[in-house]
Amino acid sequence: MSDTEGESSLTIMTSPEGPSAAGDGARAASSPAPRARRGGRVDWRKHLEIAVLSGPAIVIFVAFVIFPVVMAAYYGFFKWKGYGPPTEFVGLENYVTIFQDATFIDALRHNGFILVMSLVIQGPFAVGLALLLNQKMRGRSLIRVLIFVPYVISEVIVGTGWSLMLQTNGAVNDLLIKLGLESWTVDWLSNPDVAIWSLMVIISWKYIGFAVILFLAGLQSIPEELFEAASIDGASYWQIQRRITLPLLGPTIRIWAFLSIIGSLQLFDLVYIVWGQYVAATAGTSTMATYMVVNGRNAGNYGFGNAVAVVLFIISLVIALTYQRFVLRRDTEGALTEGKK
Amino acid sequence: MAAITAPLPTRAAPARRRRTGGRASWVTYLVAFAFVGICVAPVLYIIIGGFRTNSEITTDPSGFPSTWHLSNYLDVLESSIFWRQVGNSAIAGLSTTVGVVVLGVAASFVLARYRFNARGALYALFAAGLMFPMTVAITPLYILIKNLGLMNSLAGIVLPQIAFALPTTIIILVPFLQAIPKEIEEAASIDGASRLGFFFRMVVPLSVPGVVTVGILAFIASWNSYMLPLFVLNDETSYTLPLGVQAFASQYSVDTARVLAFTSLSMIPALVFFSLFERRIVGGLTGAVKG
Repeated sequence: MSDTEGESSLTIMTSPEGPSAAGDGARAASSPAPRARRGGRVDWRKHLEIAVLSGPAIVIFVAFVIFPVVMAAYYGFFKWKGYGPPTEFVGLENYVTIFQDATFIDALRHNGFILVMSLVIQGPFAVGLALLLNQKMRGRSLIRVLIFVPYVISEVIVGTGWSLMLQTNGAVNDLLIKLGLESWTVDWLSNPDVAIWSLMVIISWKYIGFAVILFLAGLQSIPEELFEAASIDGASYWQIQRRITLPLLGPTIRIWAFLSIIGSLQLFDLVYIVWGQYVAATAGTSTMATYMVVNGRNAGNYGFGNAVAVVLFIISLVIALTYQRFVLRRDTEGALTEGKK
Repeated sequence: MAAITAPLPTRAAPARRRRTGGRASWVTYLVAFAFVGICVAPVLYIIIGGFRTNSEITTDPSGFPSTWHLSNYLDVLESSIFWRQVGNSAIAGLSTTVGVVVLGVAASFVLARYRFNARGALYALFAAGLMFPMTVAITPLYILIKNLGLMNSLAGIVLPQIAFALPTTIIILVPFLQAIPKEIEEAASIDGASRLGFFFRMVVPLSVPGVVTVGILAFIASWNSYMLPLFVLNDETSYTLPLGVQAFASQYSVDTARVLAFTSLSMIPALVFFSLFERRIVGGLTGAVKG
């Protein structure tokens, strides 16, 4: 490689944050002439490299993520059994059907319940546990591994295990009888008043470890000096937690809440595995996603299923964008402007 | 560490208690122990249940085995079905991981170190992928895979898994690659390395920690994935472990002990894999949260 080429690559491969960085701006301003002179050849090479390096990722991403999402929107306007091209255009009929279907409204309500309860149950618990576990203690790394176990094993294993334990004659009821709490035994999975709480137990059990680990990671990034300074100023333990730790943990909590909200709206696996396709609706644990699979693919109504997917997507998107606009903004703002300061 | 925990003037003591220095009290241990117990007990129930007999499970669902039977586990370990599913899961997981890493690093390198007009748009395209969960795309995805003739083939789950893992991968790796100092790049180009030479000789080795994190996440996600295989794999010979566990559980629903043994064995690989790389995953999370 010649020196000239090396030099030109310097100009091209400056800070990724672009010309807004002061140094780059100066350099870009000082070197337009040589760049323009060699521009054609260098640009050709550069663009070839860009295409070769990022091309495969773009192709596979567009083909298997973007394209299917777009197609879902298209298929949603058809009555379609899934074979041959969709021909029976029905406009918004599928959407009208969805919102007139009481079982969909139920599913939507369940999603809302799961969303709120996930935040309310897991959030405070996980923050408390993370604060507690962020102390020096014996076996800390073993504890961390063990509380991550439920998150690491698959939904199928979690669902299979819990459904066996929660059966009417399963381990949970048996344990209650042994403890003399026979009156507490319930049909955990089939009683509609109880089932959604059983689902919440399973969900909390599966995902709280993730929240704890995330918060522990967030706590690690708070500079030690802050606590020292505060305690030298006479702040108590609880004052430090409330005034320093929690605010500084804020970004982590907000990102966790975002992941939890999206996860709650998309919930499928655990419900479908524990309750199966026919029982979830009567047990009161169906979600939009299980409704989509049961009334779409499993029933052979692919057009309808896609319309449900679109509704699910729009609801998720609106909530996600609102959340990002009003809650995450102060976090991402810093990240985006970091290079420009 | 030593400097921080060394004896300091008493006024600094509360800070040490909070973080590095302070000894956890017995309350902390009690709560931690209880929490770990809650996390682990159901898993132990599954594992121990596999050592029992069905009649024991029926008459005393929450008890311990009176004698520990190995036969359930041996039956599973001797069955070719189980090993075929382990093989399918391993192939799918490794292919997904390799694909995610290769495509992800290359694309992240472009986004992190090249300047071109479409760069912002390209980054936004991948970032938008975070908003597109597989649930939304699953039916068209299934039809697409059917049209490509990839039904019941592992390629039919590997390709979408790579695609859906790319957004997270790129979001984790781009800051990582941006953090490689410009000076290293300048030195490399002064020494006569081309951009691609720089990529292969400097970027790839330097990005190993980030790549490992991303690779582990992709592997565990693939190993555990359920919805996509449920749609794409209908033929039992192509089943991955999650589908296998579910099929086994419904097929042998009366043989609870064997279901528990099957389930136990199927979680071992993910647990081993995770314990080995636990630090990496947590480290990656820290980076992702900050980034």
